Amino acid sequence: MSRDWPLWEVFIRAKGGLSHKHVGSVHAPDATLAVRHARDTYTRRMEGVSIWAVRSTDIVASDPAQNGPMFEPAESKVYRHPTFYVVPDNVTHI
Amino acid sequence: MTAANPLFDYLLRLGDDSLVLGQRLGEWCGHAPALEVDLSLANLGLDLIGQATLFLELAGQIEGAGRDGDRLAFHRDALQFRNCLMVEQPNGDFAQTIARQFLFSTWQHLMFEALTQSSEPRIAEIAAKAVREVTYHADLAGEWVVRLGDGTEESRQRMLDGLDWHWRFVGELFAMDAVDEAMVAAGIGVDKAQLRAAFDARIAAVLQEATLPLPAYPRPALGGRSGHHSEHLGHLLAVMQHIPRTYPDARW
Repeated sequence: MSRDWPLWEVFIRAKGGLSHKHVGSVHAPDATLAVRHARDTYTRRMEGVSIWAVRSTDIVASDPAQNGPMFEPAESKVYRHPTFYVVPDNVTHI
Repeated sequence: MTAANPLFDYLLRLGDDSLVLGQRLGEWCGHAPALEVDLSLANLGLDLIGQATLFLELAGQIEGAGRDGDRLAFHRDALQFRNCLMVEQPNGDFAQTIARQFLFSTWQHLMFEALTQSSEPRIAEIAAKAVREVTYHADLAGEWVVRLGDGTEESRQRMLDGLDWHWRFVGELFAMDAVDEAMVAAGIGVDKAQLRAAFDARIAAVLQEATLPLPAYPRPALGGRSGHHSEHLGHLLAVMQHIPRTYPDARW
């Protein structure tokens, strides 16, 4: 049965203020049951307070074959990291 | 029927409903039509067994004869079980299981909602926790009734057959006897007749969305509340009870 159902990517917000994180996928016949299935599959141990389900086919992904031109140019741009500032001792959470 | 201790009997009814249906749903484990559905049914079953634990533990305290929840669950025979006939019915196919869940959870939801107002605070507390679980059970089962009923020709026929199996057990859910009357008089229990209109409305709404016909209820099958069960319960109990009865001192 599940072979005939579309795949949905599941995103869970662990608690208020945090962003939704991808946790996995479920098969479901439609959007309503996708959220039910996500609830039953991924929030059994109080993992979240909000669920997003997105049709997997609606996700636009980068091409792994293009990883070189896509990501390697960032490697030599060390100045993009804010590592040249002196952080005062009493400033935390940075 | 008269009972020496109507509160004890009342708690057995509540606990046994959840226990027996929880055991039935456990039978789907590893056999459901899809992995996701397998988890859904197991979750429902575990919710129900959690409720049964609370009700039967309390029943044991009320009885005061040294029996705890486990003792009541695993060391009573079919004649001493007080669950309604619907929950002991075989799973059948997925549609028959969904039909049972839809009808029973819709009733149990109304029941627990009313029991949150019970004058017995320990019952009200259990009901307040359980009503949230059962809200989801009724909702999920209703969603499946709609999809199977308004699905393919085959799923529709199976949904109709599944519901046809269960219509005769609906009457028992609302039947009142001496135990119920005593509990209502004490402010502890629920006048189930008061729940019928809301039940009928909810069933009709889902069936309509599922493009399924409304039921013509047959003569109700009764007896579960006084221990007169269908042949299915004994088989269920044999599976459920054989380990604790074979190893009565086992601990884990």
